[in-house]
Amino acid sequence: MKKNTYIKSYCTIQNNEIILNGESIFKSKSDLFSDFSKKAYQNFEINYSKFFKMDNLSKLALLSSELLLKNEINSDSEAKIALVFANKSSSLDTDVKYQNSISDKENYFPSPAVFVYTLPNICIGEISIKHQLKSENSFFIFEDFDSEFMTNYANNLLSSKKADKVLCGWVEYYNEVYKAFLYLVANEGKIDHNKHTLELLNKN
Amino acid sequence: MEALKLELKTKIIEALNLEDINIDDVNDDDSLFGDGLGLDSIDALELIVMLDKDYGIKLVDPKEGKNIFQSIETMAAYISANRTK
Repeated sequence: MKKNTYIKSYCTIQNNEIILNGESIFKSKSDLFSDFSKKAYQNFEINYSKFFKMDNLSKLALLSSELLLKNEINSDSEAKIALVFANKSSSLDTDVKYQNSISDKENYFPSPAVFVYTLPNICIGEISIKHQLKSENSFFIFEDFDSEFMTNYANNLLSSKKADKVLCGWVEYYNEVYKAFLYLVANEGKIDHNKHTLELLNKN
Repeated sequence: MEALKLELKTKIIEALNLEDINIDDVNDDDSLFGDGLGLDSIDALELIVMLDKDYGIKLVDPKEGKNIFQSIETMAAYISANRTK
């Protein structure tokens, strides 16, 4: 018998605003994502100095995941939370930055700290390191958020018992245009986890 | 030498995005790695690039870095003795 799964909590970050479970919890008039993300980091007292070394995609992913995972992880037991993310631009924002640092042969100084972020799934690694997750993880590149694919993938991880919960969603960043829509899928909860609910929550 | 030490502290804080550290927090003989500033292996690579870019010093043997990057004091001494720009 097919078991129901649920969205335990969800978070959207875009246009300098953070919305958690449908409620706006942080807003800033910052012009740049770097300012906005720093203010959000300070506001939520994340206290993880490695945050400032991350590229913008990882900062976006970490900020939204912090709000969803902070009450899910305790230091006594290892959390079995899988991570399944997707976006459109992969790590292109950082790829371009890195390319610029190596395009001039007379001024060729590639930055190792930029290079390490030239893969989109590094943001999943950052979240896993922060929360000591050794779980299943995947990062997909799609033209748009594919609610049906993400639903099936998360349900499969839960039904096969590869994870107790799945942190899923869309984390897109390119050239100061960004959106994170992350949600936590579990076997218990109040919001039905299905394609239609996800499309509705992602639009709002 | 004092000016170079101050310059290094400023550059390291900026280049390595050490947002929660001020120049005054860094003593000349503090360890840059481990219990000191807590820099990591990627930071070490950034410091090697900084030596090349800003002071014209190419580290041929990365193992040399272990001694050079012990502290601001050791970095400043090495740069003073080997800089080409």
